[in-house]
Amino acid sequence: MAEYKVLIVEDSPTMRQLISFALKRLRGIQICEANDGVDGLKKLSVEKFDLIFTDINMPIMDGLKLVSLVRNDASYKEIPIVVITTEGAQEDRERALALGANDYITKPIQPNRILDVAKTLLKIA
Amino acid sequence: MATEDDKGLHSKAEEFLQAFKKGAEFTSELMRENERLRYRVLQLEESSRATEGRSEASEESRRLEARIAELEREKEEILGRIQEVEEENQDFATRYVEIEQENNNLANLYIASYQLHSTLDFREVLQIITEIIINLIGAEEFAIMLLDEKTNELQAVATEGIDREDVPSAKIGQGVIGGVAKSGESHFVEDVESYVSDLSSPMVCIPLQIKEHVIGVLVIYKLLQQKSKFDPVDYELFTLLAGHAATAIFSSRLYSDSERKLSTIQGFLDLLTR
Repeated sequence: MAEYKVLIVEDSPTMRQLISFALKRLRGIQICEANDGVDGLKKLSVEKFDLIFTDINMPIMDGLKLVSLVRNDASYKEIPIVVITTEGAQEDRERALALGANDYITKPIQPNRILDVAKTLLKIA
Repeated sequence: MATEDDKGLHSKAEEFLQAFKKGAEFTSELMRENERLRYRVLQLEESSRATEGRSEASEESRRLEARIAELEREKEEILGRIQEVEEENQDFATRYVEIEQENNNLANLYIASYQLHSTLDFREVLQIITEIIINLIGAEEFAIMLLDEKTNELQAVATEGIDREDVPSAKIGQGVIGGVAKSGESHFVEDVESYVSDLSSPMVCIPLQIKEHVIGVLVIYKLLQQKSKFDPVDYELFTLLAGHAATAIFSSRLYSDSERKLSTIQGFLDLLTR
């Protein structure tokens, strides 16, 4: 069975648990969590991931900076990235997509939306 | 004499000849009749065989018709069964969607409950309540107000989307917020979309209570842009918050107090034993 590794970069434990809970419904998913962008980059340097979910507003290093760094690093630039925003934060969302994010999800989080996005980007039938 | 005898013989011969001719004609006639009858018998036999054939064909036809009728009945039964199965499938599909939704709702409630009781730090508890309201309910502007037992006033201790100083304090029993704190009954505006923000009269006001004892309220003034109404799970979350958030706040406060007192006592003990 194919094994997919997903990195969730989010400062809110509630959100991390919510995304993780939704993703665990997919078979063969392994989840790794990071508290902020810097923590996310550390995890990326030691493990290979197939998908990244990242919040935009985070302390230390925000999601936009993380998207930019990942897209400009030859080792990670192919990894699909999904940003988590609020519906009102349209500017952030557009900026994230312009920086190379593949998709976005808005709060309040819908587990089905997380699943749909993950299935599409991981190419799971 | 001889002539008379000859004549007599000749007459008898003539008679015999006549009789023989008649006999020959009769025999000939009999043979023709025989031939005609044989032909007739053949015709009748053929006719009889044809009639028998028709009868057998008719029997086979009746048997096939009965089989067709039986197959038609079976076909109708199968079509009826297919329709029943299709209806059952439709029911299962609907039920699957409902269960999926229920599963999501339960996951949200579980996560909310798990997170609320994951810490004994008062500030962290407030932060978790804030996250639940933003991420699970989808509110943009809201406040957590706690009751000051000395002044009997509710005051905002955490806010999102508005300044804490802007949220007016409320006396128990006064206004919408004070009324909720007194009665312990939640307040929801009837039409979320036509609600006009008023800090004294929120869209939603939920009492935070441990059994009958109200320790504060949650007030919501504005929902996220994409949220136009409350879903059934939101009311479940409100109910959960009303109880679990109150317990989590109460426990963390008690823990902070006991930690502070313990630290003070430890300080005194250190002084005494020095």
